[in-house]
Amino acid sequence: MITMEHVCKSYRIAKRNAGFREACKALFHREYEVIHALNDVSFTIGDGEMVGYIGPNGAGKSSTIKILSGILTPDSGTVLVDGRVPCKDRIRHVREIGVVFGQRSQLWWDVPVIDSFELLKDIYSIPDHQYRQSLEELTELLSLAELLRSPARQLSLGQRMRCEIAASLLHQPRILFLDEPTIGLDAVSKLAVRDFILRQNQTHGTTVILTTHDMQDIESLTRRILLIGRGQILMDGTLDDIRTGSGSIDEAIADLYRSYQI
Amino acid sequence: MKKYLSFFRLRFAMGLQYRTAALAGITTQFAWGFMEIMIFHAFYRADAASFPMHFSATASYIWLQQAFLVLFAAWMMENEIFDSIVNGNIVYELCRPVSIYNMWFARSIATRVSKAVLRCFPILVVAAFIPHPYGIEAPAGWLHFFLFVLTLILGLAVTVSFCLLIYVLTFFTISPQGLRMVFISAVEFFAGAVIPLPFFPEKVQRILELLPFAAMQNVALRVYSGSMSPAEMKKAILLQVCWLAIIVSAGKLLCTLAEKKITVQGG
Repeated sequence: MITMEHVCKSYRIAKRNAGFREACKALFHREYEVIHALNDVSFTIGDGEMVGYIGPNGAGKSSTIKILSGILTPDSGTVLVDGRVPCKDRIRHVREIGVVFGQRSQLWWDVPVIDSFELLKDIYSIPDHQYRQSLEELTELLSLAELLRSPARQLSLGQRMRCEIAASLLHQPRILFLDEPTIGLDAVSKLAVRDFILRQNQTHGTTVILTTHDMQDIESLTRRILLIGRGQILMDGTLDDIRTGSGSIDEAIADLYRSYQI
Repeated sequence: MKKYLSFFRLRFAMGLQYRTAALAGITTQFAWGFMEIMIFHAFYRADAASFPMHFSATASYIWLQQAFLVLFAAWMMENEIFDSIVNGNIVYELCRPVSIYNMWFARSIATRVSKAVLRCFPILVVAAFIPHPYGIEAPAGWLHFFLFVLTLILGLAVTVSFCLLIYVLTFFTISPQGLRMVFISAVEFFAGAVIPLPFFPEKVQRILELLPFAAMQNVALRVYSGSMSPAEMKKAILLQVCWLAIIVSAGKLLCTLAEKKITVQGG
């Protein structure tokens, strides 16, 4: 069970215009702008739900994920994940969750992928039999057999992403946060990853929160959709609420963004 | 504990694979060692009596320093750690059930030890065969050897904890350049990496020996050849333990603060 109530998070960003003169001016006087990444966000997600978290660039999706995974501390509001406050109780909290950041890598660059997995096994203190079982299952479902012995730096993006997802699931987390997991994947890998996420949810009852710009991901995976824009939850509904007429899902989403002026 | 040991193991194994770097390092350290010994030899020829250490003790100091350079070199910080803070990859380390501080500690120690293991033996063996007084002497006694190993480990821990302070401070400053520069110059000079601390004027030396920098390589390298009295050794080891406790506590405190107000760079 995940609840966020009236959560706010703002960043202070130094801004200046282009050019050398402006740079010099900024030496003495700096202008800051406060960006409200999250502005009174509240929602509840039940166990075993699969939720698509969508919104335009800079809407606050990643900030939400980072707050839920205990990396960022919210300015105000309460966050509870299975009864834990993520930022206060980070180490105990992260043991129960898995996170994939699509644009970053958690694998050790210079060593074979399997070494990174072994390290994760020790970090999460995964018992031997559970580790072997997870590894077998993940290897089969994500077809990793050929990849495990190569160094992470020599894998292609799609191959690496499959390994990244496996790495986040070795400890069998109850909750999975996916921040753009299908970024840069080819059609086959995308389908494999989607299939896999779906199965994970069905067989293990994993709660999945997924941010993405790929509407096909949303279409094939999630029933419930949270729309965030300018730091606020604008809509909490289903895909059918969004789909209007016969246009493609991308057009429907674009219309939606326009109607909220985000 | 086991998870930190695994970090150590993985990092250690990685360190061992850089053979060419080790060979280059050994060559540099030999050249450097010979050069320093020749310089000191010239000084000693002028007036050997005015120096605080015997020439052979100074030679041992230099060879040990070259053999274990990577354990104490402050400039050998881990760029990967700085990068992860500056570009935001730190998020993945923050979503692991580990203490960032302890993990970095284990990893830094492993990097340094793995490099040292590759480099120290050739240097020590060759230096042992260089004729007296230019080579390395046997330790002054069993007790001295034991204390040498102990203070070497303590010195390594102090050095690493100091580097960790810089890593943690990068959370606040974003760019590590300034801090690194100041810190590295201070360590090189005040830790006895350029010239051994006993060669400083007495009053300066008395202050320097109380600073954390003296708790790095200075103690081990001097204990080895027996150029410290038992009382001095006791005081030096006590200081090492104190500084280690102080620096580690400060680092952990800062790390907790940093985690509270962290901003992840790069979205």
